[in-house]
Amino acid sequence: MTTLLRTESVAKAFGGVQALDGATIEVEQGSITGLIGPNGSGKTTLFNVITGYERLDSGDVFMDGGKITNAPPQRVFALGIGRTFQLTRIFPRLTVMENMLVAAQHVGPVHGRGRFRNPLARSGGPADRRRALELLEFTGIDNHASALAGTLSYGQRKLLELAYVLVADPAVVLLDEPAGGVNPSLITHITARIRELNEAGKTFLIVEHNMDFVMSLCHRVTVLDFGTVVATGPPEVIKTDPRVLDAYLGIGEDADE
Amino acid sequence: MTVNTTLGRAVGAAILLAVCAVFPLVVTNQQVATIGIDTLIFVTAAVAWNIFSGYSGYISLGHAVFFGSGAYAAGIAARDWHVTGGAEFLLLLLGGVVAGLIAVPFGLIALRVRRHTFVVITIAVFFIFQLMAFNFSFTGGTTGLNAPFLLWSPVTFDDRFYYVALVIAAATVGLSWLIRGSKFGLQLRAIRDDEDRARGLGVRALRVKLTAFVVSGAITGLIGALWFFFIAEALPQTAFDPIFDLTIALMAFLGGLGTVAGPVLGALILEPGQQYLTQQVTNDYLAQILLGGVFLVVILLLPRGLIPTGREKIASWRARRRDAAARLAPPGDAPAGGPPGAGGQPARHAAGQTPRGRSL
Repeated sequence: MTTLLRTESVAKAFGGVQALDGATIEVEQGSITGLIGPNGSGKTTLFNVITGYERLDSGDVFMDGGKITNAPPQRVFALGIGRTFQLTRIFPRLTVMENMLVAAQHVGPVHGRGRFRNPLARSGGPADRRRALELLEFTGIDNHASALAGTLSYGQRKLLELAYVLVADPAVVLLDEPAGGVNPSLITHITARIRELNEAGKTFLIVEHNMDFVMSLCHRVTVLDFGTVVATGPPEVIKTDPRVLDAYLGIGEDADE
Repeated sequence: MTVNTTLGRAVGAAILLAVCAVFPLVVTNQQVATIGIDTLIFVTAAVAWNIFSGYSGYISLGHAVFFGSGAYAAGIAARDWHVTGGAEFLLLLLGGVVAGLIAVPFGLIALRVRRHTFVVITIAVFFIFQLMAFNFSFTGGTTGLNAPFLLWSPVTFDDRFYYVALVIAAATVGLSWLIRGSKFGLQLRAIRDDEDRARGLGVRALRVKLTAFVVSGAITGLIGALWFFFIAEALPQTAFDPIFDLTIALMAFLGGLGTVAGPVLGALILEPGQQYLTQQVTNDYLAQILLGGVFLVVILLLPRGLIPTGREKIASWRARRRDAAARLAPPGDAPAGGPPGAGGQPARHAAGQTPRGRSL
């Protein structure tokens, strides 16, 4: 297995708060990697640093062997890293289909018609729309395609956000709490979709507080605490690691000694 | 449905264009003709403003910079190069180009910030330009510029301006329509809804915003140059007029921010109204106070504008009518499992049966 996405000793401070303090994580190609840790341990900050929403203070980020440290969000996306947000972000005044087409320009190589593309061409050619509809069917919200995205329920928004990130076929998808605030049957639905995509070769890095979700889905789990990695390994090992229990429950090492 | 609406809109646009085209042939009153040209200038300016501010959500109150710069660029060129007669109209393009070039550094500075801060910066840049027009010698200072005298017969003078303005206005509306349906327009509207999310989907936000700002500014400069040749005079306080910014913004808000037809409708309502009032009461301040009043009413009662609100009202009225028809239809009578698209069929059916139902 090769490493697809890697951060190396990433540090980031907000004023006096050291949100990330030498965080080094690896995401293997074709894996589902979980990123867990207590509140304020730096999980979302790490996502923001990788995807260019925050500038890091020191350290590096590598994608597919190339350095992408502090690249802006649009470039990170073009390099094949898609992400969702903890508080789901969609375009409320665009229709669901239009939401899908915002990102569609990165699908595949430009089909050999030279470099010039008509800037006023109608958005969403038949191929783009077909692909968008496939993904909406896949996530199960295709019957809302012409509705304004702002009218969707919270769970449907989560599915839409997942769908439009997938439109551009990114190599790795970063999901920030995909199971947060949605009902159990929808969690099952989302789990199944992620597993299906992963079986087709898609790589995932997932931040999640729902332990059942993480432990059942992820191949590897990395634990952050105070901005540093305290443990990494397969879920069954992580579950019993005393350092993890300490980070979460505040007991462990002291009791051991 | 969508084919029908598209067709309906195309027919509506064609009728409006035809009415505008025959307007000067039917109405020969000179005062009214002047209002017609003014209105077309404001239609163009409001639509151009909407291409940037309406689609991107960045409210610019500095578009008078482009309007004035276009007017002054054409005026200075006409003076220094001794351009006279019909050749003046070539200078409209110069006005557009100069305004577009000014939009590049203006945009690079102002577009780094968002929302209120952006609005404040556009106002600040506007006042810098007005000050420059007052104080530089090449702008003519407080006395401004005069347009070269056009040796046209007074009979056809207005008509020529009218048709030039009409062509520019129609082309601008067409461009606005093309942009709204394009990938570029979709990216602008995505930026309006959530700029950071759009960037995370590969949208080059600054480039997209700046392009829209330049296109919008260039058109505003072009129409500013036409206004100059029509009025035949540019003063710092009339070419760089803060009321201009408020007016075109209000037109777009009244008709519907971010729609194609909204700013057209807004300009068609407000500009003739304002001009008529100014001519009738011969009190410019009263017209301005009324303009402020309209602004308040729009913000309070029609925050999304006439077109989106009207569209919603029609949709809800249709839905209510459909519901009523469905309730009136006897349960066994409606064809079970019919396609939802065939809603019109059972509705008519039910309507025909209503009297009988009542007599029973």
